[in-house]
Amino acid sequence: MFDLPVSRRLALVLAATAALSGTLISCGKAPSDDKLVVYSARNEQLIKPLFDRYTAETGTPIEFVTDSAGPLLQRLQAEGSNTPADVLLTVDAGNLWQAADSGLLQPINSAVLKQAIPSHLRDPENRWFGLSVRARTLVYSSERIQPGELLGYADLAHPKWQGRLCLRTSKKVYNQSLVAMLIAQYGEKSTEQIVKGWVKNLATAPFSNDTKAMEAIIAGQCDVTIVNTYYFGRLQAKQPDVPLSLFWADQRGEGVHVNVSGGGVTAASKKAAAATKLLEWLASAEAQQRFAGDNLEFPANPAVEPVAAVKAWGSYKPNLINVADAGKLQADAVKLMDRAGYK
Amino acid sequence: MVFASWRLVSPENWQHLRSWVLPELFINTGWLIVGVALLTTLLGTSLGWLTAVCRFPGRRLFSWALLLPMAMPAYVLAFVYIGLLDFSGPLQTSLREIGISSLMPPIRSRGGVIIVLSLALYPYVYLVARQAFLSQGTRAIEVAQSLGMSRRQAFYKVSLPLAAPWILGGLLLVLLETLADFGAVATFNYNTFTTAIYKSWFDLREPNTALQLASVLLGIALLLMLLEQLTRRRMRFSLTHSNRYSIDLKRGRALAAFSWCALILALGFVIPAIQLLSWIFSDALADLDSRYWGFALRSASLAGITALLLASLALLLRYCRRLAPNQISRSAEWLSRLGYALPGTVLAIGVAVPLARFSNTLQSWGIPVMLNAGIGALLLAYGIRFFAVAINPVDKAMLNVTPSMDEAARSLGAGFWRVLGRIHLPMISGGLFTAMALVFVDVMKEMPITLLVRPFGWDTLAVRVFEMTSEGEWERAALPALAIVITGLLPVFLLVRRTEK
Repeated sequence: MFDLPVSRRLALVLAATAALSGTLISCGKAPSDDKLVVYSARNEQLIKPLFDRYTAETGTPIEFVTDSAGPLLQRLQAEGSNTPADVLLTVDAGNLWQAADSGLLQPINSAVLKQAIPSHLRDPENRWFGLSVRARTLVYSSERIQPGELLGYADLAHPKWQGRLCLRTSKKVYNQSLVAMLIAQYGEKSTEQIVKGWVKNLATAPFSNDTKAMEAIIAGQCDVTIVNTYYFGRLQAKQPDVPLSLFWADQRGEGVHVNVSGGGVTAASKKAAAATKLLEWLASAEAQQRFAGDNLEFPANPAVEPVAAVKAWGSYKPNLINVADAGKLQADAVKLMDRAGYK
Repeated sequence: MVFASWRLVSPENWQHLRSWVLPELFINTGWLIVGVALLTTLLGTSLGWLTAVCRFPGRRLFSWALLLPMAMPAYVLAFVYIGLLDFSGPLQTSLREIGISSLMPPIRSRGGVIIVLSLALYPYVYLVARQAFLSQGTRAIEVAQSLGMSRRQAFYKVSLPLAAPWILGGLLLVLLETLADFGAVATFNYNTFTTAIYKSWFDLREPNTALQLASVLLGIALLLMLLEQLTRRRMRFSLTHSNRYSIDLKRGRALAAFSWCALILALGFVIPAIQLLSWIFSDALADLDSRYWGFALRSASLAGITALLLASLALLLRYCRRLAPNQISRSAEWLSRLGYALPGTVLAIGVAVPLARFSNTLQSWGIPVMLNAGIGALLLAYGIRFFAVAINPVDKAMLNVTPSMDEAARSLGAGFWRVLGRIHLPMISGGLFTAMALVFVDVMKEMPITLLVRPFGWDTLAVRVFEMTSEGEWERAALPALAIVITGLLPVFLLVRRTEK
């Protein structure tokens, strides 16, 4: 081909390109009938092993696509009644709340799910159910702080923590949900004071992730931060002698802020029964240990024990505000943090 | 779609944005653009001139190696440098251990973002600057020197102005990419228009406000494009190839040139690559399995097809304009570059949502298709995003083909196809090749469009990076990231072999 005159070479390349793209375009066909389609914001390595097992046990094939929650919801909304998706899995109650609020999920009438998942971890109208619990609490330097000095989230605004606090960015949904919960608890005015206090106490600009904030404590840049426990678990797994400890926040108050990853059946699904079955299985004792354990989270089903590394942190009193409330107040929380100068 | 958003202005949100968010955005974005523009011009032009014109040890190696940072996604560079240079990183920790209270400025700062983005993006300027200096030849310099100019004067008065349109073209790409960048600025927690768009859309749940912010972003992009166009209009000329001009550098100067090139290469590529490798060995080796062939193959074929399509399209449009130069074709082509300034997620949704609506209409007529997630939609979205990358080199190459050449060929009886095949294509093949290589590398690194529009099972290397980073497992993301770099190296390597000829 390389001996051809250039013009003919170009024509060949163009023709081949056209043909190739033609074939590829025609591949995008609608999915077949027996399988379930899942849109997931929970990442592939956490869901695929479970789906493989479900398929092996029930014979139902599962097809899935992953993306961040925001774009996935936009896609689901645009596809409307023709979406191939039967199940939506996502992280953070705010995202689940938004999916339900935009009418993308249908109510599920399942005694199994209601029995397995406590009421504060699911939608009051049963459109979604939490499947794993992520506690967001304090991590502190065990070299420089005695656990007796700590109280909880609001206390971190106290001047005694001046220059000793590290935080992750307010753009992360976990912090937005936490502040939304504080709004639900204390009202907007007091919460703004709390967040302003945090900002005043910061030792350095907010980090882009929880792990970096904990590394800053190890390095001595600050003494305490707020993280999701599984990030702490990962760090502990890598460095068993890490000079950090977990502190369960607000145990004398309302309890630790918990969030969920969870799922629901799409409003447009034509296989709602089969989709519900998948969710019921994910909430079952058999699947829960792995669903939560693979990411060092807490199972949503209280009948299931967390994995050993997680159990070692001891038990805690969770805040029983329905996680859906945090979703409702999330936009307010974002604006509040902007006003308080929390970047 | 973006501009239509203005019909639905939410006053409450604008009130909030105006008082708390917008001032910071303009200042941050302004600094970022100015800083990255200055630094990439400095890096790209100096390195391009050194490797094109000067002779010093290592020149041959540097001439291609200095393009390597192009294959390194900006967000990876950002993460690596924050890891290495932050308070808790190894450098500052060891400085503290030996008792030197660190005088190092913090990496997570405006300066840090500018340096990291410049390291990731300078190759766009370097590539075109080098080509420009290579093609200048000796004649212009000789004329200048015969008029009594010193070498230095000749550089500033002749070489640099001659290369300016090329450099500006590269710089425009750099700035559009800077405006669109989300990954790197998010890693630095540096608020720009892009981060505000994401925040409005996904956190405040106000898509309209997000699109209004996006239209401001596009306004800035238009302004930059206009500036480039204005400065270029004054420089319409063609360059002639002749003998290569070169300067022999001796001792001190050769050492300085070598050190400068080595420093930038080390910062932009070698150090981050070593860090990625060390993460792979400590955290990610277990993830490497046979599936990676599939990820790499899908990444490479998507990138390859897009590169071919866009290069052909750029050529076609350039031809239309040459044959029928009218205002409409010109402005259409010009506007189509704007896609490069849009944050990837906004563009992904902007393509996927209308396609989904259209599929719904078709389905209501009984045609069972799903157009919004498929290879066709993916190529379309890539095409809109990366058209600017493809058109630029083709554009520049066409400047070399003077209208008088056409006329000469025609007058000798050559037909249209003969002129195209025998005269134009050989002359612009370098530009076409550059266009394809740039698009290839960009598609390899692209993440948000691939995520939203890919068909089931079409996981690519960039999708793997997402799977790892979505829950903060950055060290494990090193594996797919390095795979992207390695696959992206191939066209970079070919590209340089080509320009070396």
